[in-house]
Amino acid sequence: MKMWKNMLQDKLALLSFSIISLVMVTGLFAPFIAPHDPYEVHMVLRYAGSSWTYWLGNDHLGRCILSRLIYGIRPSILWVFAALAVSVGIGAMLGFIAGYFRGKIDALLMRICDVMLSFPGTVMTLAIVGILGVGLENILTAFILMKWAWFARVIRTAVLQYSESDYVKFSKAIGVKPFKIIYRHIVPVTLSDIAVTASSSFGSMILQISGFSFLGLGIQAPHAEWGMMLNEARGVMFSRPEFMVAPALSIMIVVSAIHFFSDYLQVALNPKLRTSKHKAGDFAGTTTPRLQEKEVA
Amino acid sequence: MPNFLEVNHLKVWDKSSGEVILHDSSFKVNAESCLAVVGESGSGKSVTCRAIMRLNKPWVSQSGEILLHGENLSFLSDKEMRQKRGKTMYLIMQHGMSAFDPSTVVGVHLYETLKQHFGWNKHEAAGHMSIAMKSVMLKEPMEIMNKYPHQLSGGMLQRIMIALALVLEPDLIIADEPTTALDTISQYEVLEQFLQLRERLGCSMIFVSHDLGMVRKLADEVLVMKNGVIVEQGSTESIFTAAKHEYTRYLVSTKQTLNDHFKSVMGGQGVAKR
Amino acid sequence: MYKYMIKRFLISIPLLLIISFLTFVLIHLSPLDPAEVVLQAQGVPVITEELMVQTKQELGLDQPFLIRYLAWFASCLQLDFGDSYVTGQPVWSLLAPAFLNTVKLTMVSALLIIVLSIVLGVVCALREGKMTDKTVRGISFFVTAMPSYALAAILIWLFSVKLDLLPTSGMNSLSSYILPVIVIAVSYAGLYFRIIRSSMLNNLNENYVMYGRACGLPEHKITKTILRNSLQVAVSVFCMAVPIILGSTVVVENMFAWPGLGSLSVKSILSRDFPMIQAYVLVLATAFVLFNTVSDMINAAINPKLREGL
Repeated sequence: MKMWKNMLQDKLALLSFSIISLVMVTGLFAPFIAPHDPYEVHMVLRYAGSSWTYWLGNDHLGRCILSRLIYGIRPSILWVFAALAVSVGIGAMLGFIAGYFRGKIDALLMRICDVMLSFPGTVMTLAIVGILGVGLENILTAFILMKWAWFARVIRTAVLQYSESDYVKFSKAIGVKPFKIIYRHIVPVTLSDIAVTASSSFGSMILQISGFSFLGLGIQAPHAEWGMMLNEARGVMFSRPEFMVAPALSIMIVVSAIHFFSDYLQVALNPKLRTSKHKAGDFAGTTTPRLQEKEVA
Repeated sequence: MPNFLEVNHLKVWDKSSGEVILHDSSFKVNAESCLAVVGESGSGKSVTCRAIMRLNKPWVSQSGEILLHGENLSFLSDKEMRQKRGKTMYLIMQHGMSAFDPSTVVGVHLYETLKQHFGWNKHEAAGHMSIAMKSVMLKEPMEIMNKYPHQLSGGMLQRIMIALALVLEPDLIIADEPTTALDTISQYEVLEQFLQLRERLGCSMIFVSHDLGMVRKLADEVLVMKNGVIVEQGSTESIFTAAKHEYTRYLVSTKQTLNDHFKSVMGGQGVAKR
Repeated sequence: MYKYMIKRFLISIPLLLIISFLTFVLIHLSPLDPAEVVLQAQGVPVITEELMVQTKQELGLDQPFLIRYLAWFASCLQLDFGDSYVTGQPVWSLLAPAFLNTVKLTMVSALLIIVLSIVLGVVCALREGKMTDKTVRGISFFVTAMPSYALAAILIWLFSVKLDLLPTSGMNSLSSYILPVIVIAVSYAGLYFRIIRSSMLNNLNENYVMYGRACGLPEHKITKTILRNSLQVAVSVFCMAVPIILGSTVVVENMFAWPGLGSLSVKSILSRDFPMIQAYVLVLATAFVLFNTVSDMINAAINPKLREGL
């Protein structure tokens, strides 16, 4: 694929992608990679600095910070990714239906989206957590409930654009079944729009989740999560500020990588932006030196 | 007759990609005559116009000689060039709808331009503009000048641009497809205005168009472009009757067949095709 | 214009009704019985069946659903959101001062965000691709990737602990505003200045810029025109920013112990104080919708094209 080839040339994009995949794989195989049990308490080693056995030192209960960091990838990144995938999936399905079939379904779905989008996201997440109780799964549920509308909106717009194209009209005219058209012709081309939107939401979702965990509304002790690790370090913020460094840096690096990668995707998948300086239509003709009779007339 | 505008070996290319947009091109415009530039979109017509005014985007470079009255424009400073623009050479844009600042009424642009070149205050500028606008068949000029661009039609905005030319009295008018974005009736009216403009100002003109019918009516000479290359140039008559280049003949014949077809379908009536 | 305003306002009314209904329904989706929560919150040691029935009656929970909703809605209109399960005080008496404090924080932050993003956006657009542009964008990249509580922690550690210049928490004097406002402003301005920058750059390519230059207008006049057009985009962004910040000061408020809605909501959630949560959601969602309405109206006032759209 051309995209991958381009990425190999763009070092920053490659680095970002490597970081993201490395972190995700590490999280996936946490039990095999983590040097210690993340829940093992060593009261003797409280607030110990880094050592050969405990590379990043130990926390307030003497637990291995590195292992907790590695286990923390699961709720901080992997579960967020899963929630993102679900809400993109719901959004995509509804977006395809609305954009392709138009008419009443479209109007109804878009009104629902309007209502959903007129709720403030953070407040509604807090509300849902408040009612269902604290816990990671409730925050993730809240995310899925609040985010699908946005994806449905974006994907619908993309689908609208492509379903007006000639090859889709042609397929419709020769009687190809709607779902086959969507699957064969519309899904592949809208995939880039979906990827761009999803990747740009991913970063902000990770930040939000860690924020909720930091407030103690997310995953509960003794489980490790980056935001919660920061919360635990907060108690000794004045005496030992260095305990905030590891989890804070982890979040920053991953989110930066996601932002970079999302920016890259946006440029790589959008031919209009690839030569970003050329506004669409500026020299639009140069690439298609075909006589357009409509214009010559 | 002396050559009023002389363009020698003009080359335009994209700095970032290195792609050449306009190849080594040379042409002349005689004083008080009109040169039409025709060709399909993307053939380099607009780029040529902008190159003469030195208005291409910053990532586009140009080389070659552009002599206006024997003065090489390439050597002028930005400030000197700015003084030439508007007063000596004036550009009429393709899209009247987007040529005016959408956030203010059209009058503001007119007043500022006239203030820049003549030092007129708002009252004087409005006076001169009103007369010019009436002469291009824009009734109620004061009212129009107090309207936002989106409240006016493309044809009206095109005529406002022409009216501004009447006040500025430039030596060279470059019209970049001034009628393409208009419906057929407005196209006809704007063409009439162009004929009058030439008559009244006695200026030279470069007229870019797809519309060979208009070109035939307005131009003295024709330049045919394709893919950034000038494929043929000559007097209007010779281009239409005895084109040498295959592409020119193709353009002329397409125009003919389409025209015939159009007439047979519409029964000779014009129709608005927004 | 007035016609548009009235129309736009009328559209927001059904939305508010839907919000109020959903807020009410939400509470009833809870796996816990409110009566049980009340009793637990009041510290009743043994919850008997009789006590539950009695509490339910007291709370009016034995009434049919729709009647309860209407009664609740009617009292909400009079700012009576019931009593807190935990303290027994009226919700509004706790909520109102907190809301006010959050609004104060939001307004000051929004002001700083607007100033910062316009200045940075314009400077970066005019210096596109140059050192200034690259540096600002680089810094903004990392700042927006930083969790706001981490930024807050760094600032507290530096200015309050090491330099001892600013208070760490609370809302005692004007200097208490500095750190929380900076934390909020920096993370949002990092996003918004990019919008202004790209909108300036887009306008740079517009036909009217070319025509203005073709007419020989000086560059400073053209820059002014571009700015005016770019700010139209910015106004809608900024108007939307106010309600968004209002709803997302939670983390910052907790970090700086700001006595606002954010701190209050987390406290209520942890103690499952349902009337409090309900009121919090309702008040913020209403504010959100109203701010959106107002921002649309402001937009319409500035951009004459929009007005004719509706």
